[in-house]
Amino acid sequence: MRPLTLSRLLLQCVILGAILFCVMVLALKFGAVHVSLYGLGRDLLRVFLGKSTEISSEYSLILNIRLPRILLGVLVGASLSVAGTSFQALLRNPLADPYVLGVSNGAAVGAILALLLEPHLALTPEIASVFTPLGGFLGAAIAITAVYFLGRREGRIDSSTLLLGGVITASLLSAIIILLLTTMPSSNVRGMAYWLMGELSAVPSRPLGWVLRLGFLAAAAVIYTTASDLNLLLSGEKEAMHLGVDVRRVRLIVYIAASALTGLAVAMSGSIGYVGLLVPHVMRMIFGSDHRILIPASAFGGAIVLVMADTLARTVAAPAELPVGAITAIAGAPLFIYLLRRKLA
Amino acid sequence: MTATARSTSSRNTMDATRAATEPRLSVEQVSYAYSPNPQQAPIFTLEATSFHAKAGEVTAILGPNASGKSTLLQIISGALHPLSGRVLLNGFVTHDLEPRARGQRIAMVQQESQLLFPSKAWEFVMQGRHPYGRSLRFETDDDVLIAKNALAQVGAEHLSDRWMDQISGGEKQRVILARALAQQPLLLLLDEPTLHLDIGAQVDLLETLRRLAVENRYTVVIVTHELNLVGEYADQVVLLQRGKCLRVGAPASVYQRDLLEQVFQTQLTVELGSTGRPRVSILPGSGS
Repeated sequence: MRPLTLSRLLLQCVILGAILFCVMVLALKFGAVHVSLYGLGRDLLRVFLGKSTEISSEYSLILNIRLPRILLGVLVGASLSVAGTSFQALLRNPLADPYVLGVSNGAAVGAILALLLEPHLALTPEIASVFTPLGGFLGAAIAITAVYFLGRREGRIDSSTLLLGGVITASLLSAIIILLLTTMPSSNVRGMAYWLMGELSAVPSRPLGWVLRLGFLAAAAVIYTTASDLNLLLSGEKEAMHLGVDVRRVRLIVYIAASALTGLAVAMSGSIGYVGLLVPHVMRMIFGSDHRILIPASAFGGAIVLVMADTLARTVAAPAELPVGAITAIAGAPLFIYLLRRKLA
Repeated sequence: MTATARSTSSRNTMDATRAATEPRLSVEQVSYAYSPNPQQAPIFTLEATSFHAKAGEVTAILGPNASGKSTLLQIISGALHPLSGRVLLNGFVTHDLEPRARGQRIAMVQQESQLLFPSKAWEFVMQGRHPYGRSLRFETDDDVLIAKNALAQVGAEHLSDRWMDQISGGEKQRVILARALAQQPLLLLLDEPTLHLDIGAQVDLLETLRRLAVENRYTVVIVTHELNLVGEYADQVVLLQRGKCLRVGAPASVYQRDLLEQVFQTQLTVELGSTGRPRVSILPGSGS
């Protein structure tokens, strides 16, 4: 009998944090332009010491272009993975991922509509730069609200009804996406295709970046406060209720927060698949299914995996770039099959 | 003061306002109606039912399928709001209790406990400490001690580090019971706990419940189909048929041949066993 302690939790987070740091440094090193680890370390130190003016131009380019993209990967990966963990517990379904309830399709419809509308509106450059992500986030919000009302039974969320409502909404929205894409000017279709597959090249502007960071922290923190309730919800709604969990409240909180995480991630990077499905499973195999450790472990794991995948996407066919969603899907699908077979064996 | 006593002391002072001699559990004229659609007439009703139980007593709710046994148990647990009447536990209305407060007083052992992702037996038992902790709290040494005691009380210490999906049905049932004990409840409710157990494990479970009721001063309410186990181990029987409470009393007074034959729609005999408790035997080939 060895219950989780705060010191063990922190130790595991520090180890995962160290791995993430190493992956980020390597991601900074690899790319179309080669840089040495030594020069990178020297200039990173200068940035930390506030001597940005002393940085050589070559490294300043790397830090200004690669670093924001890596940071975006960290946030998106962590968001997707925490959302996936939450949805798997909320829906009591190991196959649930952040997109299972149609959030990503809602975001895609919103983003496409924004792209179609943009030329017809006289927008200032600042608003134009955030117009597509904003459309995406609004689309996601509308989709999850609709699914929430579809998923209610006798005034409360019912897992299986919610799941069915989500799947139906997702398929309806994907039909709308196809309709919109066929009516789009062809110059936009390629951009949209990348966006549907998911990519991290559109680094958000400064205020938007802060919205993303604060949104992630707030939503993840809210989900984390329900960590031990989620452990009990896995044994079933009635069981949890008899063990003192306010099931209705926990469900609502996790539903909203996990949807917000997904909405933010999709609005920034399109729908990157498999991170939110697989990382929680792998973390569960390593750390067990106690959400007090699983949620932070998933956040780190998702960040590590997405930064690695994006580094591959940037370098495999350099100077051309692949959509990172294609990389995660190509690597993720076989891994998922392996995990499935292993479980059956 | 032991760890066990310490962590329940606050609750006990709250609940000790009631004299120990009064019934701890009072089910007062509780009724219920279920209809899938508010416009339609209810498809199931539970008519006004009343009974009382003291600390240390085992009450069994008996009746054929669809007689309302589980519904009555859910109402007692506070999970289901009765249409009328109320259930008092030490003077508190059970369905008005906050979820946490309810979890500290009432433990429920369900028919099935499905696990989505496997956990170890001790982790499962530790869930019973949830009503005592804040959401982000880590288990204390007291919690570990209480969980260990709970496993020991049901004779399952050796299962502590086993995975829940790799132990037998009887062993699983004990671990589930241990989790309920870890809640340190006043009221222990069990919904058909003997369902998947062989006869030896059934007797073992009832013996354990009988002993726990006396030792830990639990009020035990059990829903079951096992007439003879109830006759042997229960202090009180509540007999239901199609949502109607037909009789409440000691097994010897409820186990009347005519009454049981009419309720269970089969011919049977009732006689006194060697323990002085009523025994029911079926007459083969007499089912109607």
